[in-house]
Amino acid sequence: MVIALLVAYGALVAPFATFRANRIVPGEAKSVLAALPAGAGVVLLGLMIVAAAIILLKTPALLRLATAAVALGAIALFIGLTAAYLTPPENTYARVSPASGFWILLFAYALLAADSITRLRPRPGVRVLLLLATLGGAAAILVSGLWDGLSILKEYAGRADVFWLEAGRHVALALGSLFASVVVGLPLGILCHRVEPLRAGVLNTLNLIQTIPSIALFGILIAPLGWIAVHVPGAGAIGIRGIGAAPAFVALFLYSLLPVVANTVVGLAGVPREANEAARGIGMTDRQRLFGIELPLAMPVILTGIRIVLVQSIGLATIAALIGGGGFGVFVFQGIGQTAMDLVLLGAVPTVVLAFAAAIVLDALIEMNTPSQNRGRTT
Amino acid sequence: MIEIDGITKRYDGTAVVDNVTMTIEPRTVTVIVGTSGSGKTTLLRMINRLVEPSAGAIRLDGEDNRSMPGFELRRRIGYAIQGHGLFPHRTVAQNIATVPVLLDWDKARIDAKVAELLALFQLDPAIFAARFPHELSGGQQQRVGVARALAAEPKVLLMDEPFGALDPIIRAKAQADLLDIQKLLKTTIVLVTHDMDEAFHLADKIAVMDKGELVQYGTPAELVTNPATEFVQTLIGASERPFRLLSIETAGQAVEPGTADGKPVGAATSQRDVLSELLWTGRDALPVAAADGTLIGKVTLEGLARRAARPQ
Repeated sequence: MVIALLVAYGALVAPFATFRANRIVPGEAKSVLAALPAGAGVVLLGLMIVAAAIILLKTPALLRLATAAVALGAIALFIGLTAAYLTPPENTYARVSPASGFWILLFAYALLAADSITRLRPRPGVRVLLLLATLGGAAAILVSGLWDGLSILKEYAGRADVFWLEAGRHVALALGSLFASVVVGLPLGILCHRVEPLRAGVLNTLNLIQTIPSIALFGILIAPLGWIAVHVPGAGAIGIRGIGAAPAFVALFLYSLLPVVANTVVGLAGVPREANEAARGIGMTDRQRLFGIELPLAMPVILTGIRIVLVQSIGLATIAALIGGGGFGVFVFQGIGQTAMDLVLLGAVPTVVLAFAAAIVLDALIEMNTPSQNRGRTT
Repeated sequence: MIEIDGITKRYDGTAVVDNVTMTIEPRTVTVIVGTSGSGKTTLLRMINRLVEPSAGAIRLDGEDNRSMPGFELRRRIGYAIQGHGLFPHRTVAQNIATVPVLLDWDKARIDAKVAELLALFQLDPAIFAARFPHELSGGQQQRVGVARALAAEPKVLLMDEPFGALDPIIRAKAQADLLDIQKLLKTTIVLVTHDMDEAFHLADKIAVMDKGELVQYGTPAELVTNPATEFVQTLIGASERPFRLLSIETAGQAVEPGTADGKPVGAATSQRDVLSELLWTGRDALPVAAADGTLIGKVTLEGLARRAARPQ
């Protein structure tokens, strides 16, 4: 119902695309009919009405998913057509970007797709396949050049090299700090679990770090890292400086520690007492018990921590650009500086897609690692 | 043989188990009873060194149990606990194979052992081997727990309230099965419980613990006829005494020559159950049948009454 209203509003009331004479002047909103060649606009509206009808009627989840997929495909195609239609020939300054109507439709159908996928309850592998299919579809449209007329891609076209460089940095920052936090946090969590007196102290310290705003943390790190760069031989050579990637990495790492350590502790504490007791009683050494019983049983909770960390790091890594750490944040802050929203989007959209994909993949991993409670019985 | 020699465990200066000395004969079932906090579980756990004693020694077949690392000792001693303690992420077969895997048995031997134990515990390997513990009933989980404890063919099996989580009907069956398996495998069983009925049903000898001390160690009959302390008497229950005596022996041991009317009772039935049957059906005597069905005599109300009376 809500989704159908969103579709109606997005298709009929809100503007579908914005036309601007150049990238920084205020734009001119165009409705669906005005933004598309006469025939195409009617076709899109017709499609949206059919979709809304399917949503309103009590239809099976699979049909709803198909509807969402077709509708998403349709608005993706038509926004590309819009760009070609609205841009005057030979004009390289004009910018056509998706307007609120497009985003509302995108949101509505994404919601519909998510809802019907939840109802279908696909297995983890299938969910990852769906994700790959969606990303593949988007990639195909990108490669086909259909969207080349859109403002975001015009921003991209001028910065293709830098874009991939920053993308690499972004992923390296997020994954690298995740990796480091797991390498440090997992043993620390195990230690906290085994050595009771440590637990409160370590967790409180990490909690405290978590409450420091990210920009402040970057600032705090400038002094010690700067000092290290100057006084520790070789530190500067491997890129440790008061600003740049090093403090960004350290900050992300520190933020990541709490979820990893806390979830390790909680996961290990949740291992059934009897299982632990029996493991000891039948002659497992502490190490065998840790790797054979405790860690496998705590794994879903630990993975949940890693999922939180990864999604959080992908988002936070954006801020790294502020201190010269690179990443998609570079475009966001450049865009804000130039009041060029398209440039902001060039940084923001990949970040969101990356975080979203990471969340889905890790959710699937968590489910595959959850011991048998859902598996086995239902199949 | 398990020799417990002056064993003491103190926590913060308080003795939880205080200078206990007792000898457990091989191939018997010894039940340690006591109220909660009596130290009975601590005593059991010092045998496989889950708890290290503060003083004293425990010898298994003459060998001090501290002569090897604790985990190696525990692999040689079966251990089953209340609530089974199965590993939820491993299948029934993997659970049972735990200790053989730790001992590096070859795969064929492990598979054979798992199949043998599943069959012994009346669990069809084809159905149960690949199941996860949560897919089993409480009784099945308990059987798998005991099967896991017996997988490496230990001479000694320690059980800590193994039937505590079972409902009464399944518990009676599990107790009967345990006795059968003990007769078959000749394992020395030390079992902790607070259930006196269970103790009298299972035990060759009963050890009564009270506030960390071993107050009496003897056969069930000795406990009933000659309780060492007030506490033992209370534990047994004054009004229960004649019935406790009858519950120790079987109908086969009370057979008198002659015949009687009615449906025969099995020779392995406890005398207590026979008495109950006699009273309920209003008869004076019932025929007794051996395991193969042949009649071997009768049990009379009068005979049972004599047996239930205080020894002179």
